[in-house]
Amino acid sequence: MGMTRSEHILARSSGKARVAPGDMVVGKADVIMGNDITTSLTVRILDANGITQFADPDKVFIVMSHFVPAKDIASAAMAKTCRDFARQYNIKHYFEAGQGGIEHALLPDEGYVVPGDLVLGADSHSCTYGGVNTFATGIGSTDLAAAWTTGELWLRVPETIKIVFNGVPKSPWVSGKDVVLFLISQLGDDGALYQAQEFHGEGTQHLSVEGRLTIANMAIEGGAKNSIFPCDDKTLAYEAGRAKRDFQGVEADADAAYAAVHEFDISNLEPQVAFPHLPSNCKSVSQAMQEKVAIDQVFIGSCTNAKLEDLRIAAKILDGHQLAKWTRGVVIPASHNIYMQALDEGLISIFAKAGFAVAEGTCGPCLGGYMGVIGAGERMLSTSNRNFKGRTGDVRGETYLASPAVAAASAITGFITDPGEVAPADTAAALTQFTE
Amino acid sequence: MAQPQPKVYRYGRDINTDLILPARYMMFNEPEDLAKHCMEDLDGDFLPTVRYGDVVVGEENFGSGSSREHAPMALKASGIVAVIASSFARIFFRNAINIGLPVLELPEAVADFRHGDPISLDIEEGIVKNTRSGNTFQAKPYPKEIMDIIRADGLMNLIKQQRIAQG
Ligand code: SF4
Repeated sequence: MGMTRSEHILARSSGKARVAPGDMVVGKADVIMGNDITTSLTVRILDANGITQFADPDKVFIVMSHFVPAKDIASAAMAKTCRDFARQYNIKHYFEAGQGGIEHALLPDEGYVVPGDLVLGADSHSCTYGGVNTFATGIGSTDLAAAWTTGELWLRVPETIKIVFNGVPKSPWVSGKDVVLFLISQLGDDGALYQAQEFHGEGTQHLSVEGRLTIANMAIEGGAKNSIFPCDDKTLAYEAGRAKRDFQGVEADADAAYAAVHEFDISNLEPQVAFPHLPSNCKSVSQAMQEKVAIDQVFIGSCTNAKLEDLRIAAKILDGHQLAKWTRGVVIPASHNIYMQALDEGLISIFAKAGFAVAEGTCGPCLGGYMGVIGAGERMLSTSNRNFKGRTGDVRGETYLASPAVAAASAITGFITDPGEVAPADTAAALTQFTE
Repeated sequence: MAQPQPKVYRYGRDINTDLILPARYMMFNEPEDLAKHCMEDLDGDFLPTVRYGDVVVGEENFGSGSSREHAPMALKASGIVAVIASSFARIFFRNAINIGLPVLELPEAVADFRHGDPISLDIEEGIVKNTRSGNTFQAKPYPKEIMDIIRADGLMNLIKQQRIAQG
């Protein structure tokens, strides 16, 4: 019996010829990452255990992203814990606030994670890196302490579910975000619990790598352990000029065993909107428009949807427009490099002229941090990944999830809006995430 | 004076880590600071009434959402000695085991418990008793790798023991 993509990486990283679902393996990781929140806890755990030696300090990544630049005194203390630690051990891959960005945008965009890697990240959205053919999964702070100490970690080999997207969306406004919201609405918030998702099919082939990263990012919203895309021509083109190491991608064997196969025809998919308070609570944008949902704040940001492609799509729609009178706008490009590219391309100026507050390289309101926390009775339309009650601010607030295109269109009208209503079709054709 | 019998806090499905410990408190790292906000967005009665020895019971997908270890830490520091659920989100499951908070997957027990039911527990044996209904439930044994972590009282202790054994 052959192996799936995930099984190949777990076998390789644990030095085994083959592995099967349910096996416990000890995997040697290529990148072991913590953010400001999880690292500060890990430092406490390392101190408590008197650990001062690390297996491979160059595999240690610390990305300051959540509450930085510090939002208050307690966050400043937390950030300092991470900074002092990084300095004490002269950690090469330490990314200061304002220089790195959100880890899940930074690491693939700048080629720190590459196809075939085993990546352990102390942040649940570490599954994002599966968009570039890695086995990447989220861990906690004790796991992070253990993995930094030993260079490896115990992992249960998950069952794999194969997800096949047939067809290519006819609507040019459909992006990776719409596909993943649709997928979660079909499989449920725990539909892939403990499992690996492996993506196949024509829809997958045609989707840009940034779109794939968005889908992989939200694997955790379906409960999955990880999510993995192929290493194909699109991946190779993306890695050219980015990859910081040589790599060897993986593909599933023809006789690999899957716990389930789910096929979806996405050719007629419409842009999707997740209503409060679960990502699975999706409606198509046309249905959402009928409900005339007024939006107090539009947030274009987060590790899900603030990469360069996302910003280009949103800016193109917003170009020459203003935010609706009673709608606030916040844009936070996901990394410092993305911010600089957006600056060079004139995207930042479009957002600023439209009336958006623009920050950079932080999670911001995605987790109710700062730069746009919502109040009681307020509604936010966000390009992020979670709309749990209370996550983005007051428990009496509401968060809707959508793509950058829907967010930009809604910013103009003040209501949840189909991008096709405000932007010309040729704009869409030039921006689609589904290409040859 | 006799201690009151430990009781159950019974919740529904998809109890995510934002509900267990809201992100706005994640600048705190001390267990006592986290315990002060445990479950506050979900259940205003939790903090005023929770006592050491109590148990949280949830349905499917308990602990979904973020990787924050602050969530099981907050539960443990507020006095909760175990979580019983129909199923767990995997990172929460790992984190709880890694810090020594037992988590038991027992859908039959979840179906039997109501909010406030008195409970008795034998974690070593994986036995849960609902004193109100009189029903007893037996959890599946953990795989060896997980049992090793529990016996060592957490992953870091296990690693230290292994290092000493290796010399
Ligand atoms: S942007 Fe949101 S989901 Fe992404 S890492 Fe930050 S808090 Fe987590």
